[in-house]
Amino acid sequence: MSTHAGSMGLDSRKMAFWAFIGSECLLFASLISTYLVYKGKSLNGPYPHEILNIPFTSFSTFDLLMSSLAMVLALSAIQRGDMRQGKRWLFVTALLGLIFLGGQVWEFNHFAHQGLGLTTNLFGSTFYVLTGTHGAHVTVGVTWLLTLWVQALRGKLGPAQAMTVEIAGLYWHFVDVVWIVIFTVVYLIQ
Amino acid sequence: MKSWITTTDHKRIGLLYFWTAFAFFLIGGLEALVIRAQLARPEGVGVSAEVFNQMFTMHGTTMVFLALMPLTASLFNFIIPLQIGARDVAFPRLNAFSYWVFVLGGVFLNASFFVGPLFGTGALSVAPDAGWFGYANLTSRQYSPGPNIDFWVLGVQILGVASLAAGFNFIVTILNMRAPGMRMLRVPVFTWMTLVTQFIVITAFPVITVALVLLMFDRFFGTHFFVPAGGGDPILWQHLFWMFGHPEVYILILPAMGIVSEVLPTFSRKPLFGYIVVVYSGILIGFLGWGVWSHHMFAVGLGPIADSVFAGTTMLIAIPTGVKIFNWIATLWGGQLRFTTAMLFALGFIAMFIIGGLSGVTHASPPADLQQTDTYYVVAHIHYVLFGGTMLGLFAGFYYWWPKMTGRLLSETLGRWHFWLSLIGMNLAFFPMHFSGLLGMPRRIYTYPDELGVTSMNLVSTIGAFLIGVATLVFFWNLFRHRRALAPGAGPSDPWGGATLEWAVPSPPPVYNFSVMPVVEGRLPLWRTARHEPIAPLPATPPAPIHVPGGSWWPLITAAALPVMATGAVSRELWVVLLGVAVLIVGVYRWAYEPFEG
Amino acid sequence: MSEPVYFAAVPRLKWSLWLLPALACRGPFPQSTLDPRSDFSAAIDGLFTNIFWWALFVFVVVESLLVYAIIRYRARPGAPEPKPLHGHTALEIGWTLAPALILVFIAVPTIRTIFATAGHAPPSALRVEVIGHQWWWEFRYPSLGITTANELHLPVHTPIQLDLSSADIIHSFWVPRLGGKRDLTPGHVTRIAFRSDSAGEYLGQCAEFCGVSHANMRLRVFVQPEAEFQAWVAGQQPASGPAAAGGDARVPEGRQEFVRNGCIACHTIAELPQARGVLGPNLSRVGSRTTIAGGLFANTADNLRRWIHNAPAVKPGALMPPSLLPDSELDALVAYLQSLK
Ligand code: HEA
Ligand code: HEA
Ligand code: HEC
Ligand code: CUA
Ligand SMILES: [Cu+2]
Repeated sequence: MSTHAGSMGLDSRKMAFWAFIGSECLLFASLISTYLVYKGKSLNGPYPHEILNIPFTSFSTFDLLMSSLAMVLALSAIQRGDMRQGKRWLFVTALLGLIFLGGQVWEFNHFAHQGLGLTTNLFGSTFYVLTGTHGAHVTVGVTWLLTLWVQALRGKLGPAQAMTVEIAGLYWHFVDVVWIVIFTVVYLIQ
Repeated sequence: MKSWITTTDHKRIGLLYFWTAFAFFLIGGLEALVIRAQLARPEGVGVSAEVFNQMFTMHGTTMVFLALMPLTASLFNFIIPLQIGARDVAFPRLNAFSYWVFVLGGVFLNASFFVGPLFGTGALSVAPDAGWFGYANLTSRQYSPGPNIDFWVLGVQILGVASLAAGFNFIVTILNMRAPGMRMLRVPVFTWMTLVTQFIVITAFPVITVALVLLMFDRFFGTHFFVPAGGGDPILWQHLFWMFGHPEVYILILPAMGIVSEVLPTFSRKPLFGYIVVVYSGILIGFLGWGVWSHHMFAVGLGPIADSVFAGTTMLIAIPTGVKIFNWIATLWGGQLRFTTAMLFALGFIAMFIIGGLSGVTHASPPADLQQTDTYYVVAHIHYVLFGGTMLGLFAGFYYWWPKMTGRLLSETLGRWHFWLSLIGMNLAFFPMHFSGLLGMPRRIYTYPDELGVTSMNLVSTIGAFLIGVATLVFFWNLFRHRRALAPGAGPSDPWGGATLEWAVPSPPPVYNFSVMPVVEGRLPLWRTARHEPIAPLPATPPAPIHVPGGSWWPLITAAALPVMATGAVSRELWVVLLGVAVLIVGVYRWAYEPFEG
Repeated sequence: MSEPVYFAAVPRLKWSLWLLPALACRGPFPQSTLDPRSDFSAAIDGLFTNIFWWALFVFVVVESLLVYAIIRYRARPGAPEPKPLHGHTALEIGWTLAPALILVFIAVPTIRTIFATAGHAPPSALRVEVIGHQWWWEFRYPSLGITTANELHLPVHTPIQLDLSSADIIHSFWVPRLGGKRDLTPGHVTRIAFRSDSAGEYLGQCAEFCGVSHANMRLRVFVQPEAEFQAWVAGQQPASGPAAAGGDARVPEGRQEFVRNGCIACHTIAELPQARGVLGPNLSRVGSRTTIAGGLFANTADNLRRWIHNAPAVKPGALMPPSLLPDSELDALVAYLQSLK
């Protein structure tokens, strides 16, 4: 029932996902507000300017942007029924996501070595909770994409399931956009 | 038994919600009675300060999250698919998931009453004890070292998941599952108010989610989000909490306003006056509800400009609310009023809610509120709107729809007893609180000196509370004892002559709801209006067999993962947390790849 | 806050007094918000009175309409089907504008009062720092060099500025007859300003839930004529040392016990150089107070003895550990504390 277009002419799952994304916006808005409220309120270092590495994170951001592009290509291939390309681009999307996560793991590790722990100061707490929540979202997204990829390898994903891929894509783009906001707020505007 | 546990049928889930939430209402009421018994006399003899603090905290938390919200969810579940002409909600398994998360979250929260020995605290109960809005930094590990607040943080977090899942589900159901011809401006007002409510849910709950996550980090990992010693600011908690907490009170009242908007027309034999205005004012209340949260913080000292702005936005809400009330009165005007129990409760709702709304307006004036906040005057306000408003509205809804839900009428005689005892009880209980508050009695005190001069008012409040208890027992009795069946098969499935689609199907409805999909041509499909005839009766049996999806275990199993994780967290056992995570992952995957049509 | 109270024209109603007999209440109500004794509380009372009348007006009108409709339109057998009215634009506009208009009459005085009661006292005001502790109040008069607890002495007719802060968690300072409450938040300083117009003893208590003994965090304000206040100030000066009043022989012994039993870890006593603790109330002049322990008990020998013996037993959660001392030592301690007048 739910997969068919309903009284709004929209797939129910897609609509639910839009509602979910609306809700997630509030979640990230609250976290970002917390970050902003506590900006400059740390009682001790390390402070953002001493530690944030903009070139490195710009690369991560670019990587995530590219993954959105790959996602678009994956979806359009699957909608066309071109599963060979579809599989490839799904995998590339997931891989780019993994690279982003790898970067985040490296970054967290690096910061920890420079003395910024979760409880070191308000910057540490707000930074890790905000970017960590985003990272958790990316992790869910990567898992989802890999699941779809495996399904595709097993021949269980085809144009008939394009809606599933479209929804995963919606989520992926959202996570991407959120990162752009975080990147701007945390890294660019210090 | 199994068929109930695995059910994905919105009607069964509606009934499950009802019985569970009603049980929690009794528990919350019992806690209220402990509070009232303690305060019947000065110099607090009875329970200890610790127990008292647990009582009001759990009373508030239980009533809001475990009784009133799920009672509204019961009616959403049962009635909305019927009102819009759908066979089920958009996501039946997600619906079952919401229910199980709610039950298990409630059990988890209440388990804190009995597990003290496991934490070596020397007391049986380690129930939360920092009030239903858990103000930081009292809730920090330093000032609340025990597991009490952990139960609260994790329990409320779990309940939030249930509400969010239900929120997405009902938004899609209402927007996307309407029968042919059921345009948005033909949707019954109850469904409309539910839609607005669910939009508030999905926007307000993420905020409390974040607040609770931050508090959890403070308590479990030693961050300083709300700890002044580390530069944190406890006032941030207040902002985050009330940004959720104020919209929450509209989450509680809008469904009741929807119910009343259904009951009044039916028993006045007149369509709702100003349908469009009632709908739009509901939407407006939802929007305005977002801009007023700091009226809970007038004593914080946010400065005169902030106070003025929030006073203004708060007062504005009185306008759309007043508009609703005037439209309801206009609906009665010129009607043929039948005073069934449902109608009595709906009228009681209007009469009592006005009182609560007006005391709300006196709160909205910050200087005046400086004398009222944190006193029994606020307690009076919240019970006039929550009991006099939401609860009376819900009772109206249950008397109205019980025949639809069970096929049995409740006794009107017992119903009248229930109504009058509730009405008298609530006024005895809550009206004197205006005075005790203005005469200087703060809230959340387990004892007060006789010297204050509020002893007799408190005694009256206590008597009233026990009267409400008696009324509730009458209702309980009514639910169980009185089972006058609707004449089966014979008369119409509609004992009241309602205008909306739920009355077009048998009572109780068959599992597929509608034998054929109705085509809707107006706002009052079952009534004869100037423009169109009532829709033709649906065939008694479906012309072609209707496939109904079977049940599923995965919603329950997935839901169970959450309390498992929370248990691991309160007991500091990492492996239990990981076990919960594993259950969650398995549950989600099996759910996603289960063959299930629905 | 010295501008004339502009709504003095509104008759000051004592409506509680004619509604309450029904509830068989006796006065007086020492914590009443309806019996203002300062410019701050009078401003609030006037504003509330104003809003109250509007609310009563709305209540009477709307409930009358409701009751009228209920009685007038009850179903009568054989009556014709009601006319299906779907709405009426002019009515809708009317009942949108009417409440809006009333709200303007509420909002304007509200905003004026917000600014008038924002907590700014003239520079000449007597400043007192109020510090909330679980579950007692610390009062410091920086200009007078006095630190005391739970009992605030103020001169009448003098502008007062209270600077509110907290040593642990959020509390709320509330003495209804002198003004509205204001929170004491750790990390913030908030303010109240007022000028009391009549001498007297006013009760108050903490209004923000602050843990186990929130109900027991009370306070007392003594508003005194100038001369009386000056006498109190003189008596509180640390220089004067313990009065030999009564010359109780056990005072020196009590002083030793105070040191020996670790009381000095938490309490300050000016005349006792070892006693410089700050976790508990300053006891330099504890004998001059009428109550102890957050205004909970009269300051009598018996109560002191029970308190020092086992504070949490008489005040749930009290953060002063039980000493469980034998009677003889308790007597000495009590004698010493009572000598600190
Ligand atoms: C069902 C829940 C519900 C509802 C609907 C409301 C409705 C309102 N509430 Fe209430 N409120 C609570 C539940 C609710 N509240 C709770 C639970 C708390 C306390 C939380 C806690 O501290 O534990 C609280 C606390 C609270 C406060 C903070 C008090 C304090 O702690 O100091 C304030 C302050 O402004 C306030 C205001 C209002 C206003 C203005 C409305 C308005 O929406 C009311 C509007 C209605 C009317 C005004 C009546 C009908 C209108 C007319 C007939 C038109 C004509 C009217 C006029 C011209 C005035 N509420
Ligand atoms: C949400 C809805 C809601 C509802 C319906 C109620 C219902 C009631 N409330 Fe509640 N109340 C709150 C929400 C609600 N309350 C909130 C949010 C707070 C603030 C908490 C805080 O400060 O943190 C509060 C606080 C509060 C206080 C202030 C406590 C304090 O500050 O110290 C008091 C005091 O009298 C009180 C009383 C009552 C009473 C007498 C009822 C009655 O209406 C209850 C009637 C119901 C019954 C009496 C149940 C009947 C049961 C039986 C007869 C027993 C049968 C039992 C079994 C078979 C198991 N409430
Ligand atoms: C660990 C700290 C601590 C120690 C040790 C301690 N006290 Fe206290 N004392 C307090 C605190 C805190 C209060 C305020 C408690 C309250 O009112 O809730 C207090 C209050 C008092 C009061 C009441 C003061 C007032 O004006 O209300 C007296 C008297 C007193 N203590 C005497 C003593 C004596 C005598 C001893 C030693 C036997 C002692 N205290 C040891 C912390 C301490
Ligand atoms: Cu301090 Cu309540
Ligand atoms: Cu509010």
